[in-house]
Amino acid sequence: MIVGNRKSLEEILELVKPYKKILLLGCRECITVCAAGGEREVGVLASELKIARKKEGGDIEIKEFTLERQCDVEYIDQIKPFIDEYEAVVSMACGAGINYTADCFPKKIVLPAINTTFMGVSTEQGVWSERCQGCGECILHLTGGVCPVARCAKSIFNGPCGGSANGVCEVNKDTDCAWQLIIDRLKGQGKLENYEKIIDIKDWSSARDGGPRTRIREDLRLN
Amino acid sequence: MRLSYPTNIKIVKVPCTGRVDVLTMLKAFEAGADGVCVAGCLEGECHFLKGNLRARKRVMYLKQLLQELGIEPERAAIYNLSSAQGQRFAQIAQDMTDIIRALGPTPVKG
Repeated sequence: MIVGNRKSLEEILELVKPYKKILLLGCRECITVCAAGGEREVGVLASELKIARKKEGGDIEIKEFTLERQCDVEYIDQIKPFIDEYEAVVSMACGAGINYTADCFPKKIVLPAINTTFMGVSTEQGVWSERCQGCGECILHLTGGVCPVARCAKSIFNGPCGGSANGVCEVNKDTDCAWQLIIDRLKGQGKLENYEKIIDIKDWSSARDGGPRTRIREDLRLN
Repeated sequence: MRLSYPTNIKIVKVPCTGRVDVLTMLKAFEAGADGVCVAGCLEGECHFLKGNLRARKRVMYLKQLLQELGIEPERAAIYNLSSAQGQRFAQIAQDMTDIIRALGPTPVKG
């Protein structure tokens, strides 16, 4: 899932300062699962904003609305009938959803309430951890399912580097060395010969370095 | 026992403190409540095993939100007592009222 963090209340209050009537827009996809921008978090932020305004003797009208997804036009269309009643939209979706809401309503002020952080997994309730960087060229079959691009601080192939000590990365003592994980995993699978294979230099043009990416499936297109 | 406790306390009944959400408590502040006190069962004696422990974590989270809002976190509290401890309930109600009285009314007008 895409994982994000809600911005601080102070930052959001600054963003909405000029407005008295806002649409607070949540998303029921990843950002709900990572407990940052779903229906519940929309409710909490709306309440916090109202308390903050009341505290200063002011007021704010907030419409709370959570879409199935903010990354699909079919769902974004649902706000079309009433979006113009509001001075601004505060989106609690991931960066993709915030972008797309703004793209669909170019004249509307769309403000971000979420800092999108990574693609990852929930290792236990309330804990999320990075697993993928969307580099566009997966090599997990060679590394026992542990990604050196996302989980190694240097994203190096053919590691570990000299900064690995006792299975821990030099960048942070709470971060496992991805290459130690890879070696341990391959050893456990009896596939240590994979470690002997030299992985070619990575072609980063399939990653973000090649610019924004688009995927097209012609058979699915309607026109 | 015919115990009395301060009349300014409004009781909201829930089946278990595990039902108490951060938003439930925030709404009380939004409506102008000067404080929120959660009265849960004794720790280790939750009928649903962890309801009161979860409620404690949520109250701690609420305190952070109040801090962010510039409202004294002492306005939110959780106490543990059994349903047989009427005396303790009356005492907690009095203690909480004293704490809130000392802080004065909330800056949020309901």
